[in-house]
Amino acid sequence: MTWDWNVVDDFMPRFWDGVLLTLQALVLGSLIAFSLGLVWAIAQRSRFAAVRWPVNIITEFIRNTPLLVQLFFLYYVVPEWGPSLTSLTTGIIGLGLHYSTYTAEVYRAGIGGVPTGQWEAATALSLPRSRTWAAVILPQAIRRVVPALGNYVIAMLKDSPLIAIIGALEMFGEAESFSNETFTFEAYTIVGIAFILIAYPASLLIRLLERRLAITS
Amino acid sequence: MMTEGMFTNYFLPGIWITIQVTVFSALLAVVVAFVIGTLRTSRLWIVRFLSGIYFELFRGTSSLVLMFWLVFAVPLMFRWQFVPMYAGVLALGLTYGAYGSEVVRGALAAVPAAQREAGVALGFTKFQRLRRIEIPQAWPEMVPPFNNLLIELLKGTALVSTIMVADMTYAANLVRIGSNESAPVYTLLLVLYFVFAFVLTRGMRVLERHAKSRIGQAPPRGDSLWSRLTLRSNAGEGTGALTAGGTSR
Repeated sequence: MTWDWNVVDDFMPRFWDGVLLTLQALVLGSLIAFSLGLVWAIAQRSRFAAVRWPVNIITEFIRNTPLLVQLFFLYYVVPEWGPSLTSLTTGIIGLGLHYSTYTAEVYRAGIGGVPTGQWEAATALSLPRSRTWAAVILPQAIRRVVPALGNYVIAMLKDSPLIAIIGALEMFGEAESFSNETFTFEAYTIVGIAFILIAYPASLLIRLLERRLAITS
Repeated sequence: MMTEGMFTNYFLPGIWITIQVTVFSALLAVVVAFVIGTLRTSRLWIVRFLSGIYFELFRGTSSLVLMFWLVFAVPLMFRWQFVPMYAGVLALGLTYGAYGSEVVRGALAAVPAAQREAGVALGFTKFQRLRRIEIPQAWPEMVPPFNNLLIELLKGTALVSTIMVADMTYAANLVRIGSNESAPVYTLLLVLYFVFAFVLTRGMRVLERHAKSRIGQAPPRGDSLWSRLTLRSNAGEGTGALTAGGTSR
């Protein structure tokens, strides 16, 4: 084994391009996951079974099938019916949609943890349903699930290389194409280490957040 | 529509490969989870430290990157080539083993300290204590989170298609290229994964009931229709182990 630092130097510019794309996918994917997950969670508590059942079935199906296959589905099947999107957009939608079914569970646990008295108080004050959610329930529910949501951002980071397979060159995709062009192994190693270097401090941060929120609430 | 020949020639062998990869990597993951999980409860700080490093390393990497590294970097670095399927099994087993070690550690820590002390008082060796007292009591706690991880692992097996292992995702890609019809192929594929996940969950529920009855606990009661159909056990922190920055339960 001979580790060649020149190869590393050659790879670095592309590596930073890839990091940028990874972070972009991660931020936008998280935004979709957080907002769509909330929609799922609220819909799962709907008064109407006609809303609850389809949402339950859809989320259960998306959560228990592989993200990779969902990405293929979005990338190859959806354009046959509708708009064809770039691979990055498809990847972001795929990541966001897949993880929204996980964040839905997190929100559901958070909403379930809000004491019944809060619901009853809102009823007693005859707050409309939308205001009950927005001003009473969600502020309390979301606060206690912030660390859990953060954990799913880390999980999404680890799944983000999958979007390289449909052609979005994030850091793993850059490493793959670089290695294929030059027949070297350094790029894969660097990207592997980069994932640990991002994921580990992030998980420490979440642990800290967990402790802080636990003390004050 | 997908023709008969494509299904029998590509899909059926692919299904068999997916099953093999799932079973082998699950076995490897269970072994890793128990070894690392037990070591992480060790009294010696150096053992805890080293097993903790393993946990953080493999929880931090993406299993796809690890897989590619094993297949494309290792031959160049060490002049040693994996059969692609075993590289996939190794990557999945090591990663999900790391996630599982958190489940094992948590469940062992949840066994009342008095149980361990009783073992000490009766003169059990450390290994006997683990085998006869601690693991049997911790095991029912582990099954629901292991179920969640097993489904994650099943989903993870789709990744082996990217390193030229002809599993069912790989077969679906071939059929898509061959027949130019993507919708039926990928729909069938998604349904197949879902059915597999469902079957695995049923199996794990049976295992949980068995495990609980062995230590004299009542079997879990599914109350509503939905809770009987749903695939995840919400009580289990399996997905927590998958993601969490250390579970402070």
